[in-house]
Amino acid sequence: MRMLLTAALIAGLAGAGAQAADEPYADQFYGADAMEEARHELRHETGGMRQFFFQTDRLEYRSSDSEDAALWDINAWYGGRINRLWIKSEAEYSLDHGAFEEARVEALWSRAITPYFDLQGGIAHDFEDGNGRTHAVAALQGLAPYWFEVDVSAYLSNRGELTGSAEAEYELLLTQRLILQPRAELAWSAEDMPSLETGAGLTSIEAGLRLRYEIVRQFAPYVGIEWTRQLGETADYTRAAGGDPESTAIVAGLRIWF
Amino acid sequence: MRSTVWLRRAAEKADPSPLSFSDCQAQPAANDEMIRMFSRRTFLQTAAASGSVLAATSLVPAWARSGPAANLSGLQPLSGTEFDLTVGRAELAIDGRTGPAVTVNGQVPAPLLRWREGDEITLRVHNTLDADTSIHWHGILLPNEMDGVPGVTFPGIRPGETFTYRFPLRQAGTYWYHSHSGLQEQLGHYGPIIIEPRGTDPVRYDREYVIVLSDYTFEGPHRVFQRLMASSDTYNFQQRTVPDFFREASRNGFMATLRDRLMWGQMRMSPTDISDATAATMDYLINGHGPGDNWTGLFEPGERVRLRFINASAMTFFNVRIPGLPMTVVQADGLNVQPVETDEFQIGVAETYDVVIQPRDDRAYTLMCETNDRSGYVRGTLAPRMGMTAPVPPLRERPTLTMRDMGMDHGSMPGMAHGAASAEQPAASGHAGHGNMDHSAHGQGHAGMAGMDHSGHGAAPAAPAGHAGHDMSGNDMQRHDHPQGPGVAGVAMQPVSRLDEPGAGLEDVPHRALTYAQLRSLDPNPDHRAPGREIEIHLTSNMERYMWSFDGVRFSEVVEPIQFVKGERLRLTMVNDTMMVHPIHLHGMFFDVVNGARHNMPRKHTINVKPGEKLSVDVTPEDVGDWAFHCHLLYHMHAGMFQVVSVRPGEHADPHAGHRMGHGAHQ
Repeated sequence: MRMLLTAALIAGLAGAGAQAADEPYADQFYGADAMEEARHELRHETGGMRQFFFQTDRLEYRSSDSEDAALWDINAWYGGRINRLWIKSEAEYSLDHGAFEEARVEALWSRAITPYFDLQGGIAHDFEDGNGRTHAVAALQGLAPYWFEVDVSAYLSNRGELTGSAEAEYELLLTQRLILQPRAELAWSAEDMPSLETGAGLTSIEAGLRLRYEIVRQFAPYVGIEWTRQLGETADYTRAAGGDPESTAIVAGLRIWF
Repeated sequence: MRSTVWLRRAAEKADPSPLSFSDCQAQPAANDEMIRMFSRRTFLQTAAASGSVLAATSLVPAWARSGPAANLSGLQPLSGTEFDLTVGRAELAIDGRTGPAVTVNGQVPAPLLRWREGDEITLRVHNTLDADTSIHWHGILLPNEMDGVPGVTFPGIRPGETFTYRFPLRQAGTYWYHSHSGLQEQLGHYGPIIIEPRGTDPVRYDREYVIVLSDYTFEGPHRVFQRLMASSDTYNFQQRTVPDFFREASRNGFMATLRDRLMWGQMRMSPTDISDATAATMDYLINGHGPGDNWTGLFEPGERVRLRFINASAMTFFNVRIPGLPMTVVQADGLNVQPVETDEFQIGVAETYDVVIQPRDDRAYTLMCETNDRSGYVRGTLAPRMGMTAPVPPLRERPTLTMRDMGMDHGSMPGMAHGAASAEQPAASGHAGHGNMDHSAHGQGHAGMAGMDHSGHGAAPAAPAGHAGHDMSGNDMQRHDHPQGPGVAGVAMQPVSRLDEPGAGLEDVPHRALTYAQLRSLDPNPDHRAPGREIEIHLTSNMERYMWSFDGVRFSEVVEPIQFVKGERLRLTMVNDTMMVHPIHLHGMFFDVVNGARHNMPRKHTINVKPGEKLSVDVTPEDVGDWAFHCHLLYHMHAGMFQVVSVRPGEHADPHAGHRMGHGAHQ
């Protein structure tokens, strides 16, 4: 009834050319409040949604001559298409010693700056007994030409130390579900950090090859091999402590996302 | 209520041999099963007829004459001028598997609505869901406030509420209706509409069927959307592999293959991105039946059978053919076209095609509807008797994208585009005195083509239109004035007209395939004026981030609508900067497709814009209000490929200027 009345009224007004120029057309039939709420909802639903994402890029057991360990490399984010809150975490737990060898958590604000790259900034914390550090982080993460997934990060610790890492992954489809993933990571430090047994310059290089089977895209068990070599003075620290700066591990794990 | 019960009961039927989608072999139809389904539906129709809504039995239109076979359509026809539609939930059974559905009057597809041109109809839509709903009358010309788009033309229908739609019918033909709320369309909230013409139907037929094509995902649409947003190739299991590389290398040479891979890799794009929601998650349906259910339509040999195809899918383009039977296309998007005989056509999401077939032999024919990425299919059967089947052809090899799809294939189609330019030239030159017409976009270099003879083109009387001729006349690059942030992965530098192409994968089939260039409206176009201005809109995306937009701006970020003026004649030119085909739909008015047809341009409510294509449509807005303009791929719309076209009354526009004027009034 109200609608009909309104319609009649509007018909009269429109005939007199009295329709408000800037008022959305539907408001005259259904009221500005109801329409504003519906418009708000539509905008949100049409490109404005936020979403949560979680991925274990690597969640694996590694076995080498020197030790057995468990490792996780986790990414999670929440947000829209441009701005997101990222959580990254990487940790290695020595099964032989029953202790974490390293454990880092990063909380980053991430912004899409180009079609394929995000600029990220935030903080990272290393959990290490008596030797924990907090860092300011800046990172560039994305997809480089030729389908290389890259993540380059720089860290400035609360003790003033500058370090960095660069990571790249590539995917080779052997079949639609069997995927071979080469991966490389390079670490670097601006200065000597004896307490961390790290020397200035390039500190380590890692190269891995993982073969996964995507039962569905979101769930893929894998096996692989990873070679790690410490470099420069960092290697010297390890040798001095009686260790081997080079190691090769067999890995088996799960890559999942949702 | 009874129909809901039926849906549940149907769901319980155990299918001993569910058809796997990778299995392309014909499955013998289970005779007993068909008969049981048939009798259930007979029961149901009787039940429905005794209900509150009108049954169709009083009318004897051609479709009703199909007798028992009409029941097999699974569609409950409602006719008259008053309708009660109840939106609710039920379980949908596909090839023996059940999943949740949003239904209208307990059915998927929703009831077939039969209207009559000239009638004023009233539809009371009751929402029994716990979420808002809506019904949009796709392709129907009506007052803006009845269009049914929440947040644009009305607030939506809240849970427990009833909304009454009332509007006069100004047209005839095959249309459809669907929810414009959330992702309900993917869950079954769609149904067909047939509007009987007031006068004589120029299409002659003995029997008719509505063929509602659709897709359904057991994962649930929200999950599918989230997965695509997280990883856009989640459902693409037809990517190029390492063995593919070596196969191609041995065929085309190592270096050539490597160059090809590097070219695509450099752009970070995949030539296999034909579709982003594939058979890996979708089941495909004919009138709510999976390929194993084998929807069957009966015919008497020699009869002319009219098939009204409606693609009510959320995400799927189909290639439709009936091996052994040519099809004569008589209608596109509800409006009659000059008959075109063809063997296969690609139907984009939301498009409709009416075809007439005349099977003369006493045998079964397979109605084969293959997805455009060839990842899956649905088939039905047309046969003289129940229980008959014909072989189901295997899925063909999936097509891949080319440089042409990137809008970079400059000049590879010599001779193709010239007719196009000439086709629009007469209109343009005849209107030189019209003041504000912008000729700069079309007027260059076509003078010598005005008298070009089109007769040599045979079945396609004229080459496609658009700006191809313009693009080929010089080295001018396509302009891109829109924002190009993270949401725009690439732009088409040299887009071309592709109206004479049948769609990805149909370019080289060994039989005829329909193109837009072949379509001619049966009636002369109501408005012959040359466009007074041109608006260019770019279809933009970043597949990697699953971002879809117009002019680089998702709807959530849009600040103002596109402005049209009532009664004006304007040209809307669309440039597809993305690597996918998009079915673009404008509510409230028809697109007159500038395909070289002069005064018989096909008029469409939804037009497929191919990757790397630039095409034009002319529009005469007649109804004031805000109209949705969007890609009809549901998840693309959901991701932001949506805009509002605001039609203003306009003080200077003559509302009657373009309408029903005599032929050549402006020549």
